[in-house]
Amino acid sequence: MAMPFYVPPEQLMKDRSDYARKGIARGKPVVALEYADGILFIADNPSTHLYKVSEIYDRIAFAGVGKYSEFESLRIAGVQLADVRGYAYGRDDVTAKTLANAYSQALSNVFTQQMKPFEIEILVAQVGMNGEDNELFHILFDGSVTDQEGFLAMGGESEALAGRLKDAYRPDLALAEALGVGVGAITAGNGSGPEAGRLEVAVLDRNRPRRKFRRLPEAEISTLLGG
Amino acid sequence: MIGDPPGSSGRFGANPSFFDLVRSSGADPVPTPGADASAISAPHGTTVVALRFADGVVMAGDRRAVEGYAIADSKMDKVFPADDHSAVGVAGVAGQALELVRLFQTELEHYEKVEGESLSLEGKANRLAQMLRASFPLILQGLVVVPLYAGYDLRRGEGRIFRYDVIGGRYEETDFQATGSGSRDAKGSLKKRWRPGLDREEAVRAAVESLLDASEEDTATGGPDPVRGIFPTVHVITAEGVTEISEDQVRAAYEAVLERRRAG
Repeated sequence: MAMPFYVPPEQLMKDRSDYARKGIARGKPVVALEYADGILFIADNPSTHLYKVSEIYDRIAFAGVGKYSEFESLRIAGVQLADVRGYAYGRDDVTAKTLANAYSQALSNVFTQQMKPFEIEILVAQVGMNGEDNELFHILFDGSVTDQEGFLAMGGESEALAGRLKDAYRPDLALAEALGVGVGAITAGNGSGPEAGRLEVAVLDRNRPRRKFRRLPEAEISTLLGG
Repeated sequence: MIGDPPGSSGRFGANPSFFDLVRSSGADPVPTPGADASAISAPHGTTVVALRFADGVVMAGDRRAVEGYAIADSKMDKVFPADDHSAVGVAGVAGQALELVRLFQTELEHYEKVEGESLSLEGKANRLAQMLRASFPLILQGLVVVPLYAGYDLRRGEGRIFRYDVIGGRYEETDFQATGSGSRDAKGSLKKRWRPGLDREEAVRAAVESLLDASEEDTATGGPDPVRGIFPTVHVITAEGVTEISEDQVRAAYEAVLERRRAG
């Protein structure tokens, strides 16, 4: 039996990180912004059926960038976890923090134990009710979690995007303004004008009944951007 | 579950069923009692009716639950929205029935979230039948639940009603249907009042009247109680969604029925 070559753990982890970062940087970005009525998600996504942003539970949404098959499997696992929790306990007992911890564990396990790390970053967001703050958990390919305030950019060119968002973002924007800020930040990077057909937009709107998640249809996006 | 790398489950595609998920996770929502449970005293819910009208379906239920000869509850709701475009009404052992409703609601929402679109109305009705069939051991032990399911079929553009039997048989009804102890009397009433193309107000009135008729013939069905303000639960299902009719409107429908009776 051939002896495996010794690879220092530092090198191993660095190689995996570089691999995952490269994969993520090739993908199109997603931004999330807190606005007056909740949280707004904007994805640069030409597909109208393969979503990057979706509903997990009453107040919780999920967004993923990178490899579709990988974040899709995590999204479904999240819906399963949330629905089982909510059914076994109560609907208010399903929280973004629980999901963020589960995702963090899962991604960390994949990163350390599998040959190939997941080439994804995900966001778990929960809209705050009754004066509570919104929660935005950003989870990286290696399972590290950060909670963000205000806005967040993930995926390709996320650093440049975050820089542009930082200049334009203010708290408590109206929906149309927040959409303008987010779309402006995305389109300034790729040099094209805002095309409603290429954008996937969704909100967690705290003024809605039980299920706060809503996708904005193309016509509404155009109206909001045009106004 | 979470953290399984894609494709490692040995299954092809994600199973969008919440019911299968909880059963496989060990938290079985349909436990099997060891002995005959028919002697156990538990509240029973009674009469639910559904009828088609011009824009969709009206579903209504009385508010009484009985335990033997005693009234266990006079304000119980037995009709619930199942999702945005359908409602489910239940008769039978109340605890079991209400749990079935919660499970069915979660099942439909879970499918919608996993797949990104709702099941067809046909698919939802079939799913309810399969869930009933899975609780067959409970039926054998005397814990019987018989639901009624109605919804607006967005693909066909019409309201549809599904009746079930205790073992999960599913039958589609074209006009109206009732379930529970007062169902025979309620159906007799609907037979006289129903005609194709009823408008919304007429349909609500026919539903309220059928429950009133049932309450006059069946001790387990509760009649309206204007003094305490207890009226049937009435849901209207149309292309716009499921709307619960306000107490004031149900009261008005009840008074219109009484008015017609006084006039002879």
